[in-house]
Amino acid sequence: MKIQQTDVLVIGGGLAGQRTAVATRRRGLDTVILSLVPAKRSHSVAAQGGMQASLGNCAKGAGDNEDVHFEDTVRGSDWGCDQIVARMFCHMAPKAVRELAAWGVAWNRVAKGDREVVINGQKVVISEADAAHGLITARDFGGTKKWRTCHTSDGTGHAMLYAVSDRVIGEGIPVLERQEALALIHDGERCHGAVVRDLITGELSVFLARATVVATGGYGRLWGVSTNALINEGMGAALALETGVARLANMEAVQFHPTAIVPAGILVTEGCRGDGGLLLDADGHRFMPDYEPDKKELASRDVVSRRMAEHMRKGKGVRSPYGDHLWLDITGLGAAHIDRNLREVKDICQYFLGIDPARQPIPVRPTQHYSMGGIRTDYRGQSPWLAGLFACGEAACWDLHGFNRLGGNSVAETVVAGMLIGEYVADFCASPEGDLNFSTALARECLEREQASLAAMAAGRGGEDGVAIRRRMEAILTDSVGLFRNGPALESAVAELADLYRRSQRLAMANHGLDANPQLVQAYRLPRMLKLALTVAMGALARTESRGAHFREDFPARNDRDWLNRSLACWRGGEDLPRLDHEVLDVMFMELPPGFRGYGERNIIDHPHTALRQADVDDFREGETDRHKRQTHMMAFKQYLPVQYRGRNERLDERFS
Amino acid sequence: MGRRLTLTVFRHNPREASSRPGTRDYVLDETPGMTLFVALGRIRDEQDPGLNFDFVCRAGVCGSCAMLINGRPGLACRTLTAALPERISLFPLPGFELIGDLSVNTGKWMRAMSERLRAWLHDAGDADPDRLEAPMEPATAEAIYELERCIECGCCVAGCGTAQMRPDFVGAVGLNKIARFHLDPRDVRSDADFYEVVGDDSGVFGCMSLLGCQDVCPKGLSLQTQIAWLRRTLARQGW
Repeated sequence: MKIQQTDVLVIGGGLAGQRTAVATRRRGLDTVILSLVPAKRSHSVAAQGGMQASLGNCAKGAGDNEDVHFEDTVRGSDWGCDQIVARMFCHMAPKAVRELAAWGVAWNRVAKGDREVVINGQKVVISEADAAHGLITARDFGGTKKWRTCHTSDGTGHAMLYAVSDRVIGEGIPVLERQEALALIHDGERCHGAVVRDLITGELSVFLARATVVATGGYGRLWGVSTNALINEGMGAALALETGVARLANMEAVQFHPTAIVPAGILVTEGCRGDGGLLLDADGHRFMPDYEPDKKELASRDVVSRRMAEHMRKGKGVRSPYGDHLWLDITGLGAAHIDRNLREVKDICQYFLGIDPARQPIPVRPTQHYSMGGIRTDYRGQSPWLAGLFACGEAACWDLHGFNRLGGNSVAETVVAGMLIGEYVADFCASPEGDLNFSTALARECLEREQASLAAMAAGRGGEDGVAIRRRMEAILTDSVGLFRNGPALESAVAELADLYRRSQRLAMANHGLDANPQLVQAYRLPRMLKLALTVAMGALARTESRGAHFREDFPARNDRDWLNRSLACWRGGEDLPRLDHEVLDVMFMELPPGFRGYGERNIIDHPHTALRQADVDDFREGETDRHKRQTHMMAFKQYLPVQYRGRNERLDERFS
Repeated sequence: MGRRLTLTVFRHNPREASSRPGTRDYVLDETPGMTLFVALGRIRDEQDPGLNFDFVCRAGVCGSCAMLINGRPGLACRTLTAALPERISLFPLPGFELIGDLSVNTGKWMRAMSERLRAWLHDAGDADPDRLEAPMEPATAEAIYELERCIECGCCVAGCGTAQMRPDFVGAVGLNKIARFHLDPRDVRSDADFYEVVGDDSGVFGCMSLLGCQDVCPKGLSLQTQIAWLRRTLARQGW
């Protein structure tokens, strides 16, 4: 049995995992990163439009600060997020952007003087201040009060991932590529590492670690068409679920992005609309102002996606062999702007659609994009049920996004979470709890179990067709667990997914190799994907209300009275289905009590404490003029941050003396 | 009626003693908008579940799927079959360790190159993330990003005459990185420091200026300009 030992085992080489590793390495801990692919090919690279941070440098960002970012984030989440985590995040985001600037990200900068921009379809001249010249600029994104999205053209994720990956190389942190964790080693109370498979040779080995961090991204590839990379199959979440003790949260909270191209499903950034792009229907009519006269194309993603689907249901979609779609029109921005600020979009349109977006509209429709749900952790990133198991980034649910994530908050979350959770992981390792107290018998048992299971799969004695089962799973999620959901469809989805899960354990194999064998990889991932699909469908069936991206046609109201909570899923060993329960979000601790997001008609069943808490908060607001003190009175959070990150953020209008 | 395509694909498992390098033909009907990503996916699903290839983003941004497409290095995911003849040959990218079939280990090569060239920003280490960031000219930031757009796909190495003869050549990908850090005012290294890592025949003086790298770069980077400029700048170090 090959055993390797390390202090910190990070599973996943995207932005969240790599930034965590830098933090733990700098605290003197041996750190190893496992990655399915070369780290720079992780899905973080695909983030285009930018990262939200309230720097307030550009003219349209003036007056921005953590308070405004916090309110946008909580409203965006439809009050489903953890407000302490949202506060920690908004406080950290400016520090993260500035750290990345020092590490080499070539953020686009403010140029002083007048410039022409497109706002609401009109050309407008804005004037940038002399004092802001050369500082990091920002663009507009949906659901935000200020222009807050920092960017490098529309290749922000690429620039960030390369800077962080280069830093990992510079720190000498090993990234073991083409390695896949197959199981977490644990004793029911403490996680001790993982059994890992080499995707080239097929060899299994054991990694023992004092802390194990899952940063494997989302589970978008459960849907047939997704903007996600092919590797985003939710395997990290599945490993946590298979421990039988760790829990997943809000798995039904799944975001559909308004603008993926048809038919390939490749994302074109929200920056297209942020920079002035419009959504048009089959008649060339700009329809979003009809539905959302205030925010129009720049309403929250869940709202825009639903409005688009609603409009297509009215027969206003453009017919195509690949189903109906709408148009994203950025021709009004001009070729020069597109060449400079939307160049990935231009490439995608050229290579996958054969069109020039400066001259022709882009065919788009809402497409699966982001997993708000994931491995439930506390604000330190640790599973409350399995010590030593941490998670961060899209794989986790420490619960920054609730039921709808704001554009630009995900790449921001990856690096912020890495900065914070890396410190908490290091604190854990420094504490008596973090000592490794371990029996090799447990590791051997776990490894032998995986080995036997792989050998049985490779022999392929069952008769089931893995490709057909996967296609069926994808279709069920697309049809029944998509933008619009209802009880009867979800009930039959759960029943059929449960059947597919049983069948997925008896797959036929044409290729019996134990090394680089894509069919074997499919065979062990498919049952795990189906387990996740069941947590998603059952979570959606149980939640008889509509909140953010979770929309129930049979329960269209947001029901704070009964559903202001977080869904939890646990799958105990030997059981056929996961178990669900719910943890309450306490209104009396909220800095921003539940309210109306301002989209469509108000349709909310209030929580009985909302008015009480609102009165408290109003008193705090009136009694204190200093925004920092006021915030501390309402919901103190800085005690949860590592000491070195508690300082205020300097801005042009909040200069340090 | 669409075309019927024949894909001649390289097959070999270097870890299996009985495996001999060869090709296999796959026939399939072309569909509208079909890319090589779609075609290879269908082959794996319908004809050969053991076929190895690498796609990650399938959107032309991650650099995983570079291969020889009818003899020319390119990204398979964004190559439309409509742009190719009915017979299509697919071979793994030369210059990299073969994993199997069309899959090669570019990641290992790139990490080794980055370590050797110390290809990360060497900052002064004094930035305080609480304070306003140091200003940078907007045009400088854009110029750095222009060079930063490399996706480490390996096409430039596969298209390079020097790399075919010198396995230790750092390739246009490596030299472009040095040019990128050289351009960046935040990097504290001097010309002498850069000369130290690329000032020989395995670096900037090994390039024969055949322009193959620039011809095949999927991101259209100005690789020859960067190499020429770097060579001129660093040659001064040797005087």
